[in-house]
Amino acid sequence: MRRALPFAVMLVVAVAAYYAFPYNLAFLTRIVFTMILVLSLDLLLGVTGIDTLGQAALYGSGAYAAGLFAIHVWNDPLAGLAVGALAGATVAFVSGLFLLRAHGLTLLMLTIAVAEVLKELANKLDWITGGTDGLGGIQMGPVLGLWDFDFIGQTGYIYAVSVLFVVAAVLSVVTGSPFGLSLRGIKDSPARMRAIGTPVGRRKLAAYVLAGAVAGIAGALAAQSTALVSLSVYDFQLSAEAVLMLVLGGTGRLWGALIGTAVFMTVHEVAASVNPFNWLFVIGFLVLGVVYAAPRGLIGLPEELRQILRRLK
Amino acid sequence: MSAGLEVRGLNKAFGGLTVARDINLDLNPGDRKALIGPNGAGKSTFTNLITGILEPSSGSIRLDGRDIGRLSEAQRVKAGIAKTFQITNLFKSLTVRDNLRLPLLERRGLTGRPIRRADRDGGVEDEVESLLAQFRLSDLGDRTVQRLAYGQQRLVEMAMTLALKPRILILDEPAAGVPSSESPLIAEAIAGLPQDLAVLIIEHDMGLVFQVAQRIIVLVAGAILTEGRPEEIAADPRVRDLYLGAHHG
Repeated sequence: MRRALPFAVMLVVAVAAYYAFPYNLAFLTRIVFTMILVLSLDLLLGVTGIDTLGQAALYGSGAYAAGLFAIHVWNDPLAGLAVGALAGATVAFVSGLFLLRAHGLTLLMLTIAVAEVLKELANKLDWITGGTDGLGGIQMGPVLGLWDFDFIGQTGYIYAVSVLFVVAAVLSVVTGSPFGLSLRGIKDSPARMRAIGTPVGRRKLAAYVLAGAVAGIAGALAAQSTALVSLSVYDFQLSAEAVLMLVLGGTGRLWGALIGTAVFMTVHEVAASVNPFNWLFVIGFLVLGVVYAAPRGLIGLPEELRQILRRLK
Repeated sequence: MSAGLEVRGLNKAFGGLTVARDINLDLNPGDRKALIGPNGAGKSTFTNLITGILEPSSGSIRLDGRDIGRLSEAQRVKAGIAKTFQITNLFKSLTVRDNLRLPLLERRGLTGRPIRRADRDGGVEDEVESLLAQFRLSDLGDRTVQRLAYGQQRLVEMAMTLALKPRILILDEPAAGVPSSESPLIAEAIAGLPQDLAVLIIEHDMGLVFQVAQRIIVLVAGAILTEGRPEEIAADPRVRDLYLGAHHG
């Protein structure tokens, strides 16, 4: 029952948003696929303790793979998601083999470097990727052969929310499993995990590959929803903003990733429309405020408030 | 083929600095041996060589007659060698139960399983409760480890290592940092270890060493100075010099 509650809340919020903002479904869909990206980051940063500023490498690879697959092979959305997941997982596996030997700042720099290398590769391979013009001409087929993507974005939104539910459910099961517990153990003490006989390197690589698949799904959804893949899918800014969203919501608990993404993107959207030049101030103060007042993120806020009330009594 | 751990001619050098010199050691089922020596004698280096954290420059390490010198740290744990850490090294953000679940799940080869909740394996849960009871931690099972007193953390450390069902247990300064009011807990926990377990205890607290060890090995500058029964070691003038200074009365 306790585990089903967040899903019920998610469903209510998703349905309410659908009816409350019927003409902003494209934006809501963007929030949803970004949530999936931040979930993948939480698996690494929050659960396993792998520091990264290069999640865009996995996301962007999923986006390009799904876009190219839709144009040249088959425009079925679910098949595209599978291809995106495979691309993200493959990039994670290959890069993870050497990335995960590093720690701390070195690891952070290497993760950024991988995304930058892939961005430049996509730029150079412009005869395949469209280079700086982006990969256009993506026309998705109907979801499950039944529902066409419509102009308003209703199908896209419902499809993205459904994928988010599946991804969140899978990650909820995985993080609650013995595998998930071992990842939390690695975050707390890799040395102790080795001392109990866990192959820490292989386990971290498995987490990285899984996160790669999830980020790849997010990228594929982005490509399918926007019908365009540009070089910005590999942007450092995307990786950095994903970290901010996660920190804002709270790390290591999955649901914090969803809350942080929704709040960050909504504040970003509103602040940017009110003042297109100074919206970064608002975001900056928001993050500062949350990190100061609720170090465990927005998801930890009720607990912080409870502690304050207890102290006041 | 001998049962237990057999170390022969173990050497380790970092460049020109030799930190382990021709060390021989036998540890058989039921043994309670202590390794003592002044700071910098090479005790931790020796345990790191046994557990596979460090690779020896030369010499052999055999377990039940099988050469384990080339096995990784994780493989040696699977083979039956486990150690506690000198400085408590636990999963501090996890509960005491989760700290015990992890080694139990690992021992059964289940930590790679991505489905079913980690707390749903009946056999594992029974063992968790039994270890909690053995180390008098039952009331603290759902508390995160970072909220435990240090002595209790040392007990969790031992319980976790025991959860691996090792045949060779290395206790690296189990009483280090533990307030004297809590040190009887440690002695009691060591006394309660399975009888057939081979235990090597590295400790500075001589009271604890003389209380639990059947034999004591004295290590100085990476080499064994002497080995004997506690009363022999206590009477050895070289050991007395070592601990009390050359001109003691």
